[in-house]
Amino acid sequence: MATTEQNFEQPLVDLRRRIEELQGYPEGGHDAEVERLRRTLDKCTREVFSNLNRWQKTLVARHFDRPYTLDYVEHLMSDWIEIHGDRRFSDDPAIVTGFATFRGRSVCVVGHQKGRGTKQRIRCNFGQPRPEGYRKALRAFELAEKFDLPVLTFVDTPGAYPGIGAEERGQAEAIARNLVEMASLKVPVIVTVTGEGGSGGALALGIGNRVFMLQYSIYSVISPEGCAAILWKDQNRKADAAEALRLTAPDLLDLGVVDGVIDEPLGGAHVDVPTTCARVGDVLHQTLEELAQMSPSQLVEDRHAKFRALGEIEGRPHL
Amino acid sequence: MYSKELERGDRICPKCGFHFRISAQQRIDLLLDTGWEELYSQVQPSDPLSFKDTKPYKERLKLYQNRTGDEDALLVIAGSIEGMPVILAVMNYAFMGGSMGSVVGEKVTLAAEEALRRRAPLIVVAASGGARMQEGILSLMQMAKISAALARLREEGIPYISLLTDPTTGGVTASFAMLGDLNIAEPGALIGFAGPRVIEQTIRQSLPEGFQRAEFLLEKGFLDMVVPRTEMKETLARALRHFSGRLARSA
Repeated sequence: MATTEQNFEQPLVDLRRRIEELQGYPEGGHDAEVERLRRTLDKCTREVFSNLNRWQKTLVARHFDRPYTLDYVEHLMSDWIEIHGDRRFSDDPAIVTGFATFRGRSVCVVGHQKGRGTKQRIRCNFGQPRPEGYRKALRAFELAEKFDLPVLTFVDTPGAYPGIGAEERGQAEAIARNLVEMASLKVPVIVTVTGEGGSGGALALGIGNRVFMLQYSIYSVISPEGCAAILWKDQNRKADAAEALRLTAPDLLDLGVVDGVIDEPLGGAHVDVPTTCARVGDVLHQTLEELAQMSPSQLVEDRHAKFRALGEIEGRPHL
Repeated sequence: MYSKELERGDRICPKCGFHFRISAQQRIDLLLDTGWEELYSQVQPSDPLSFKDTKPYKERLKLYQNRTGDEDALLVIAGSIEGMPVILAVMNYAFMGGSMGSVVGEKVTLAAEEALRRRAPLIVVAASGGARMQEGILSLMQMAKISAALARLREEGIPYISLLTDPTTGGVTASFAMLGDLNIAEPGALIGFAGPRVIEQTIRQSLPEGFQRAEFLLEKGFLDMVVPRTEMKETLARALRHFSGRLARSA
């Protein structure tokens, strides 16, 4: 279901519903009309999606039907075994961790999970992890290193949860620890930003040899709403903030922060989940093949070099 | 409170012990022996996103550069503490709220690399509202860059002490400020991931007294000690003497 704010998508949603209705008539005989509507839908979708501004892309990235980590696991992997808990405090459903077979290889999977439907969303805290989520992720990373398995992470979070308990249990420390440990892992790490890359809460799963983004995903130091509230002192300037922050996948490719953008099906990842997953799978597979050529120390060196190069300054010293 | 009385001491209230914020310059004078040298002062900010909110980022930078006399929100110093060589990086909260953009990220990384080259301990004094929005995603990536550099220090046995001062929040806390071999804070310093206002808006209730203060973090296990400004240098020296044996043996 589309959120009310996504009104740019409403004509498309209406068309899709109309097509489904016509196809549902038991007596049939609407083939010509369905075909006509299909062509209209196609044309409208192309129009709408070729003109999305950065705020509208943010809404696509947050779409409730967007594929989440467990969708990628379901469509791309077998023999999934999920692990739970940080062995310190509790289990955090906002991050899922486990092991699976992906195109003939055992892999470690770590990703945010927003939950499908109200009940699951609340259980997953809308994909906003608490410290124990990051510490569970760290456990998974350490197991991956111990058993020499590549790590695939899927990033999709509004941000780490800003709550009393999260602060008491060291949200900042949990994120910081993951940054150091991920940078040091002796196995391949591939990061895919699939939806919202919400600041430190995203980065804590984001230190990879390669970082990819889905076409309509976003990755930002702060949400457009947060930025608008602070810099414009007006939450309603979120579209201006989204433009200024340059938070879309092509922006990050331009800035050299990500290594590639994975095209989404026409109309966004949520209208064709199997195709989206398959495209992500192809990129992951090819990248795993490349990284498999590197030694453990090369992998660490490669990751360090990648992040060492990020940032724009004047007067870089020659050392 | 008479400002003269404050200036004479360490900007600590003589009656209640409240620690007022101090500049990077004052911090350097308090912590280091005389005769230190600034490093990497040539590193300057740019405007990678051509960012503009109610004011262009370039103008904001100029404003703070004129106001503070610094290029950005962090100084890197090679000096010594009670005769022991150290690399010290000090944030300046007065420069755009000590926000971390590419310059802060680059200079902390350079400081860590310098510490590695000289086999000298690294001390970073944090004072920051977090990542700098005006450099967007590049600011966020500084957390990763610095953390990777700190991983190197860990492998090489170079001591790293994080000194947290008021306030230390956001991406600075969630990267280098929480990663010290020792995390030491000043009394009463606000330290957290999310700022208090954001938390209050999220949970829609007011926060308990003392929440996110240094003493609270000490109790919760995220700081090694809370040390008054007047005893900071001596405390750092004592810790460094314990930690520097390996450096002396490998020198």
